[in-house]
Amino acid sequence: MTPVATPLLEVDNLSVRFHTDRGILPAVDGVSFDVAAGETLAIVGESGSGKSVTAMSILRLVQRPAGEIASGRVMFEGRDLLKLSEQQMQEIRGDGIAMISQEPMSSLNPALTIGLQVGEPLNRHRGLSWSAALQEAEALLRRVHIPDAANRVRAYPHEFSGGMRQRAMIAMALACTPRLIIADEPTTALDVTVQAQILELLKQLTREVGSAMILITHDLGVVARYADRVCVMYAGRVVESGTALEIYEDPRHPYTLGLMASVPRLDDDARQRLVPIDGQPPDLANMPPGCAFAPRCRFAIDRCRREQPALDPVDGSQHRKACFADVTEIH
Amino acid sequence: MTAIAQTAPSRRERGPIVSFLRRLFLGKPLGAAGAIIFAVFLVCGLFADVLAPYGYNQVDPINRLKPPSLAFPFGTDNLGRDMLSRVLYGAQLSVIIGFCGAALATVVSIVIGILSGYLGGKFDVVVQRLVDAWMSFPDLVILIVVVSVLGPGMWQVIVVLGFLYGIGGSRIIRGAVISVRENTYVYAAQSIGAATARVLIFHVLPNVMPTVIVLFTMRVGAVILVEAGLSFLGLGIPPPAPSWGGMLTGSGRTFMYLAPWLALAPGICLTLVVYGINMFGDALRDLLDPRMRGGRR
Repeated sequence: MTPVATPLLEVDNLSVRFHTDRGILPAVDGVSFDVAAGETLAIVGESGSGKSVTAMSILRLVQRPAGEIASGRVMFEGRDLLKLSEQQMQEIRGDGIAMISQEPMSSLNPALTIGLQVGEPLNRHRGLSWSAALQEAEALLRRVHIPDAANRVRAYPHEFSGGMRQRAMIAMALACTPRLIIADEPTTALDVTVQAQILELLKQLTREVGSAMILITHDLGVVARYADRVCVMYAGRVVESGTALEIYEDPRHPYTLGLMASVPRLDDDARQRLVPIDGQPPDLANMPPGCAFAPRCRFAIDRCRREQPALDPVDGSQHRKACFADVTEIH
Repeated sequence: MTAIAQTAPSRRERGPIVSFLRRLFLGKPLGAAGAIIFAVFLVCGLFADVLAPYGYNQVDPINRLKPPSLAFPFGTDNLGRDMLSRVLYGAQLSVIIGFCGAALATVVSIVIGILSGYLGGKFDVVVQRLVDAWMSFPDLVILIVVVSVLGPGMWQVIVVLGFLYGIGGSRIIRGAVISVRENTYVYAAQSIGAATARVLIFHVLPNVMPTVIVLFTMRVGAVILVEAGLSFLGLGIPPPAPSWGGMLTGSGRTFMYLAPWLALAPGICLTLVVYGINMFGDALRDLLDPRMRGGRR
């Protein structure tokens, strides 16, 4: 939590565009954030807000030729990942930075055994023979609490449940003890009961290994429990960032406020209606000139529709927001 | 999903091969018949030296043009050579040519198809236009040109047919690769730092294996048939090698009215084997392709 002189990962003014039939879509537009060693940063936002694209750009896995990292820097351990050769990048993927995808059902190769896949990063990066990698895979499966790991290394993905597959994915990501793990909605496809188990496991293991984590999610409950710091994204931009506590206790951006209000609570009156955020997210091909949230914002003033607000600090702290209005005074 | 999870353990106990045979014999009777014909053909071809009662070129002037009898079940030809033995040795030749030709074709298809399908972009466009150009030549014209340059012979036929079918078949592999390429597990493989070669060999190839197996099986039949056609035209394997096509055109055609068994024996064998392989290949495709599963019966 304490800010370190040089963060592990520093994303600076990252922009990613997609060239489509409908024109150039600015999926990520001038995003900056950093992650300190061992820390968990949550990136929150609704579908299409650019969370996943941001994560993919860190590993430079944005689909080409449609997707293009237009500008920015991604500094990881002192090197700009965007300037590395493809080969140097391959050395980092799975070793320095590992990724856990949001689809455990389809992220494992159906034609290969679990053990081979969990052990593959070790074979790739540590030069372990396949038999040694398989033994390590068994140990890794045990670490993610897969019962009967000795036999399960020989199982195929279709013999695993969704939760077990996600555990296997976690084992795979941890194989080379990466300094950073990017978990892209790791629990979206899972049952609610399993979600909690997986997140607990992820938190516990990253702590053991000392990895930092970028947790991409749209679940604010998850954020509160597992993140140290939070970035809220909307339409490809960071609209608010701060520690988890700041974001929860004192949200300053109308969009964050809307997100908080829309989360149903168990202690709500059952007849009470959910509070949605009015309107639709903007069309990326047709962005408003000012603040992207202005058309949906209750607090919008004329300036919001003309000018893009910068991500400025709130009262000199680490808490930052991109909004002209002073939300606390209004509500 | 639950159905798969439930059948998985029991299938493991029985082993995948047993389970596959069960599905083949219970669900695809025609395919099973094809598989049996294919198996018999393989055994005949592999053990022709043991099974054949006489040599394939063992001339016996006394027993010329004998109709089928106990001593000569398929009769004898105009030089008194035992037709059963010649047909068996012919099977050996067909097995060699069919398998080597189909194997070469499959390897060529895999290399072109996987690279073209996975790399995509301009590379794919250029390669596919070359494949188009190649496929626009009639097969027989290419064959005749190459054989007339290189001269007839078994290895020439294998190489020519291998490339001919390999380049054409690459399109099928490419299609399968394109559908596999878009799967999340391919991205997952990239995200652990796998280089292109590793992704292709380790992650893409196993997932197009069903297509590869079917393609290979079908190609065995096709290569055998085309080799017979070439030999029939005198462009295949020169006599006295007992190629089925050569037998049809040589003594078979000359003595068709006098001794019809000379044409019938290799002709029926050729028809049965190619039919059997195609039926087996068809059943394999239905059984191995998950999209076809439960579809056509």
